[in-house]
Amino acid sequence: MSVRNWLLAGVRGLGLAVVAIAGSVTLFVLSVVSIALTVIGVGAITTPWVLTAVRAWANWRRSLAAHWGGVRIPAVYRPFPADLTPGPLGHPRKTGLMLRDPATWWDLRWLAVDMTAGFVTALLPAVLVCYPVEGYVIAAGLWRAFSHHGEIGYWYGFVPVSGQLSALGAALLGTVLALVGMRINPLLLTAHFRLAGAVMAPREVALAARVEELTESRSDAVDTSAAELRRIERDLHDGAQARLVAMGMSLGTIEALMESDPAQAKAMLARARSDSAEALTELRDLVRGIHPPVLAERGLPDAVRALALRLPLPVEVTGSLPGRAPAPVESAAYFGASEILTNAVKHSGASRLWVDLSYDGGALRLSVTDNGRGGADPAGSGLRGVERRLGTFDGVMAVSSPAGGPTMVTMEIPCALSSPKTSSSSATDS
Amino acid sequence: MRVVLAEDLFLLRDGLVRLLEAHGFTVVAAVDNGPELSRALSTADLDVAVVDVRLPPSFTDEGLQCALAARAARPGLPVLVLSQHVEQLYARELLADGSGGVGYLLKDRVFDAAQFVDAVRRVAAGGTAMDPQVISQLVARRAAQDRPISRLTPREKEVMELMAQGRSNAAIASHLVVTERAVAKHTSNIFGKLGLPPSDDDNRRVLAVLAYLDQGAS
Repeated sequence: MSVRNWLLAGVRGLGLAVVAIAGSVTLFVLSVVSIALTVIGVGAITTPWVLTAVRAWANWRRSLAAHWGGVRIPAVYRPFPADLTPGPLGHPRKTGLMLRDPATWWDLRWLAVDMTAGFVTALLPAVLVCYPVEGYVIAAGLWRAFSHHGEIGYWYGFVPVSGQLSALGAALLGTVLALVGMRINPLLLTAHFRLAGAVMAPREVALAARVEELTESRSDAVDTSAAELRRIERDLHDGAQARLVAMGMSLGTIEALMESDPAQAKAMLARARSDSAEALTELRDLVRGIHPPVLAERGLPDAVRALALRLPLPVEVTGSLPGRAPAPVESAAYFGASEILTNAVKHSGASRLWVDLSYDGGALRLSVTDNGRGGADPAGSGLRGVERRLGTFDGVMAVSSPAGGPTMVTMEIPCALSSPKTSSSSATDS
Repeated sequence: MRVVLAEDLFLLRDGLVRLLEAHGFTVVAAVDNGPELSRALSTADLDVAVVDVRLPPSFTDEGLQCALAARAARPGLPVLVLSQHVEQLYARELLADGSGGVGYLLKDRVFDAAQFVDAVRRVAAGGTAMDPQVISQLVARRAAQDRPISRLTPREKEVMELMAQGRSNAAIASHLVVTERAVAKHTSNIFGKLGLPPSDDDNRRVLAVLAYLDQGAS
C-alpha cells in the first residue's frame, strides 16, 4: 500500500504546491493592495470582495485538509450582523467588520505561510517521487548526455555522475530516496495541512470558537425547552384542565338534579362523558407533541414511518438503523424530520416525498427529498428552528434546493447507537 | 365466550373484567405484562384476546408484538388491540395477514360499553373493528390524492367509513337511521365507484375497503 500512498501523496503534493503558489500569491498581493487602498477609500469597496475570495480559498483548502489529510481546521469567522446592507453599499461597513475580525489576519498570515513553507511541504512529496525516477533514468543511460570522456557532467544529489558505475550509484541513491518517500510522503502532506491549521486557527482560538458555539447552542436549547414548557402549560391549562373542571361542575349539578329532574341529569351525564373524551383527545395530541408514542415504542425509523402515514402525500421511507439512538437525539431527529416534511408538504408543491435513514461513520443521517419546485430558503424560520434543535447535539443540516427542484434536506447528528433490545417487526412497509 | 385480557393499569384491568363479565364473557386470564400474555395466548383456550399495546417489562409495544406473534402461530386468533393512541402503522401490521378477527381501538371507546362489547363480539366472530380515527385518517389521506373517492356522495362516504370500521349493513342502517336496503344500495354504489369486487361477506368487504384505503399510502 505504501507505494500507492507514496505516489498519491506525490501527485497531490504537486497539485497543492502549484495551486498554493499561484492562488495564495495572487490573493495575498490583492489583499495587501486592497487593504492599503482603504486609506484613499477605494479599498473600502474592493476589500470585501477580495477577502471573501480569500475566505472561499481558505475554505476550499480546509475541505481538502479534511478529505486528504483528515485534519479538521475550523472556520472561525465572525458572522455578519443581519442588518448589514447587501451589495457594494454595505461594503465600507463590511470592510471595517472584516478588518476587525482576527480570523481575517490569520488568513493573510496563512497566505504568506502557504506560499512559502506550505509550498515547500507540498512540493517535497512530489520531489520524493520525481527525483528517484530521475535517478533511474540517469542510470538507464541518460548519463551519456551529460558526461563525455569521464568528466563529471552531472550531480545527482551528492553523487557525481561520470560514467555507468556512478550512474548506478545515482540509481541507488534514488532507491533510498524512494524508500524514504514511501515512509514520509503521507506524513509530509499531513504536516502541510497541520501547518495551515496552526496558522489559520490557533488552538486557543479554535477552543474559544467552540466555547462560543456551545454557549450559543446551550442558550438556544434552554430557550427552546422553556418555550416548550410554556406551551405545554398553556395547553394543559386551557385544554384538559378546563375540561376536567367542567366535568366536575357537571357532576355536581347532576348530583343535585338526580332526584328532581332525572331527564336533565341524564342529558348532563352525556355531556360530562363527551367532555372526558375531549379531554383525552387533547391530552393525546399534547403527548404526541411532547414525545410521540411510536417513538417511545419503536424508535426512530418506525416513528418516521408513522409520521409519513399521517401526511396527505405519498412518502417513501427507506433505510434503517443498526440500533437505537439516545432518546434526546431520536427526539430531535424526529421533530426535525417532522418540520421538514411539513414544510415540504406546505411549500414545495411536491407530489411525492422520500425519506432515507442511515447510520454511518458515527453519525445518524436523515434526508428528505421532494420532487417539488425547489427554492427553499434555509434561513426560513422552520429550517432555522431545525438547525437550532440539532445544534444542541452538534448536528448539522444541509439544504440543497435549486430553483425548479428537487429539494433535498439532510440532517446529520453525531451519536452512538445502543444495540436494540427487541427487533422491531417493520417488514410490513409496502 | 372466553376472553384473555392484558392491561397493566390495575384500575382499567379491573374495570374491563367487570364490564366483560357483566356482558356474559368469561375472563379466563387477566394479565399485566408481556411474558404472561404470551403464555396465556399460546396455552389458554380462548375465543378472543383484548390486549393493551404498551405493557411491561419494556413499556414499548410489547402487547402488539405478543398479539402479532400469537396470530402468526395461531392464524386467525381473534385479537382486539387497545391503545392510548392509534397509528396506521400498527393497523397495517395487524391487518397484514388478511385473515380478519382483528380489532384496533382507542381506549376511550371503552366509555361506550355497548359499542365496545359489540366490537369484542365482532372480532371474536372473525370480523374487524377499526377505530374511526384510523379510518378517518386513511380517508383524508386517500381523498387528497385520489379521484374515485371524491366521486362518492357525502352519504356514501359516511357509509364507507362505517363499513371500514367493521360494521355490518344492519349496524350501519341503525346507526344512520335508514333502512338496511338503502345501506345495501349505498355499499354497492361504493364498490362500483371504487372498482372493488362486490362481496356479501361482511369481513371480506371490510378488508377490501381497508386495502383500498391503505393502497398508495406509502
